[in-house]
Amino acid sequence: MTSTNHRFRQGVNLAMNTLFVCCAILVVSPLGFVLFHLVSEGARSINLDFFIHLPKPPGQSGGGMGNAIAGTFELLALASLVGIPVGVLGGIFLAEYGGERMNGWVRFWADVLNGVPSIVWGMVAYSLVVLPMKSYSAYAGGLALGFIMIPLVLRTTEEVLVLVPRSYREAALALGLARWRMIVRIVLPTAMRGIITGIMLAMGRIAGETAPLLFTALGNDFWSRHLAEPIAALPLQIFAYAISPYDDWHRQAWAGALVLVLLILALSIGVRLLSRDKSRRA
Amino acid sequence: MITSMKQDSQAGHVPAASTPAAPSAAPSTPPSNPSNGPRELPAFAVKDLNLFYGTHRAVQEVNLEIPNRSVTAIIGPSGCGKSTFLRTLNRMHELTPGAHHTGTILMHGEDLYRAGIDPTLVRRRVGMVFQKSNPFPTMTVAENVLVGLRLNGVKDKSLLRERLEQSLRMAALWDEVKDNLHKSGISLSGGQQQRLCIARALAVRPEILLMDEPCSALDPIATAKVEELIHEIKKEYTVVIVTHNMQQAARCSDRTAFFYMGKLIEYAETKAIFMNPTQPQTEAYVSGRFG
Ligand SMILES: Nc1ncnc2c1ncn2[C@@H]1O[C@H](COP(=O)(O)OP(=O)(O)O)[C@@H](O)[C@H]1O
Ligand SMILES: [Mg+2]
Repeated sequence: MTSTNHRFRQGVNLAMNTLFVCCAILVVSPLGFVLFHLVSEGARSINLDFFIHLPKPPGQSGGGMGNAIAGTFELLALASLVGIPVGVLGGIFLAEYGGERMNGWVRFWADVLNGVPSIVWGMVAYSLVVLPMKSYSAYAGGLALGFIMIPLVLRTTEEVLVLVPRSYREAALALGLARWRMIVRIVLPTAMRGIITGIMLAMGRIAGETAPLLFTALGNDFWSRHLAEPIAALPLQIFAYAISPYDDWHRQAWAGALVLVLLILALSIGVRLLSRDKSRRA
Repeated sequence: MITSMKQDSQAGHVPAASTPAAPSAAPSTPPSNPSNGPRELPAFAVKDLNLFYGTHRAVQEVNLEIPNRSVTAIIGPSGCGKSTFLRTLNRMHELTPGAHHTGTILMHGEDLYRAGIDPTLVRRRVGMVFQKSNPFPTMTVAENVLVGLRLNGVKDKSLLRERLEQSLRMAALWDEVKDNLHKSGISLSGGQQQRLCIARALAVRPEILLMDEPCSALDPIATAKVEELIHEIKKEYTVVIVTHNMQQAARCSDRTAFFYMGKLIEYAETKAIFMNPTQPQTEAYVSGRFG
């Protein structure tokens, strides 16, 4: 009796283990497959020209995505100007100042914002910036991406601030420091790695956003000389090339996608390094 | 005793700040502790103090006077309200949501809770050392000691250097860290971290130092060092120390208060508490029959 029971349990154990291993493979394999495909299709088109040159007109081979790469970085910088201050200050408010009820509402609101489809942020930026300025622009694209960043940065900032032990706050207040001084000089530095980690994760998330840029940044085949002009961005360029009929452009789209994935991967690795370093220190 | 520099500045400073601002407090000021001379007001005069966490009354009807430049120990079984009482002395309990008090506490004759008194100023004059050492992890040893001064706007380099050494010497830590002042504060050993916290509290030159079981996480050698330093600083400071350890109370305090279930049961010279307590509960506690 007991031995059949034992064998039965062993059988179930084996079945479950196999199931879990299959699930793990299912999770990992798409990423491996995508990376493999990107490298095999795109690596050939990646060379120095790809990073520093403008796209060539259709029919001519060569050229690059220099403007789109630069544009992505410019848009990330503009988005950070919106997303970091608002997100970090909001997170500080939630963790340090707000009352119970108020915080519940702000948190709920941030979560709703987080769930708003990104194209909606593009529409918001379109009506706030593109319509009044009568031009597509880097400003509009940056603002749209910034909106997406806000709730992400806000929630991670709040989470890491709440994790700062109460004992540090009490020690600071017992020295006769004013509350805001304690927050700025003791709590924020203690939580800084976590906040930076959150910011990098948010940047990784918006770096690949395409929809909110469609009618804000618009895209540009040339270097943009001014932030009030339309600006190129990697996801837009990939989109434009991928739907074109030219083989050469298809290859370039693959290369662009590879660069974009590597950029996001670099951000993720940076995040991992930062958070690992933190656990070693603590 | 009264000739030390610190006391001169304190005696000049405190009444000047309190008398004109709190005329109503003056008539109700209790006569100062006779053992300290007629003109010196006690460090704390606590009257009818109750402290509530929501509806739970953690401290009940406490009345006591803590004299200047002495060490007062607070003993009692865990949960009897020792920490809670201590935290009313520098208004730290106000940080606990739902905590509120009734009754009055006069510090050198001045009402601690009078409207218009800034709690941060109270805490600058009444320092606190916590049970668990808590040096700031992002700061070096030196930055930890000087943080209170720096963040309160002291920029004078020579003063900062002087305070750094003085405070670390008072905390009996200077010799151990003088070559490592720029190492992280949390790289020190547990006992050193606690003394670093004491140095940090002393660096702002408070008038009174509150210590909440400062040795409970320390080994005997580190404990001996802290007790030695309490002995040293009581020449200039008033120390109120909560302790679980009755030998410690007996060794380093002048007066002892015994709390039980939120009430002050007995408060007297330490010798009297330990040799011939008047209350049966005190007797039972100090002879180790409960707690
Ligand atoms: N933050 C708090 N909220 C609610 N009750 C508390 C809080 N802190 C302490 N208490 C209660 O107050 C009583 C006294 O606690 P405490 O002062 O910490 O005791 P002691 O320091 O003597 O061990 C205990 O019953 C404890 O449960
Ligand atoms: Mg306690």
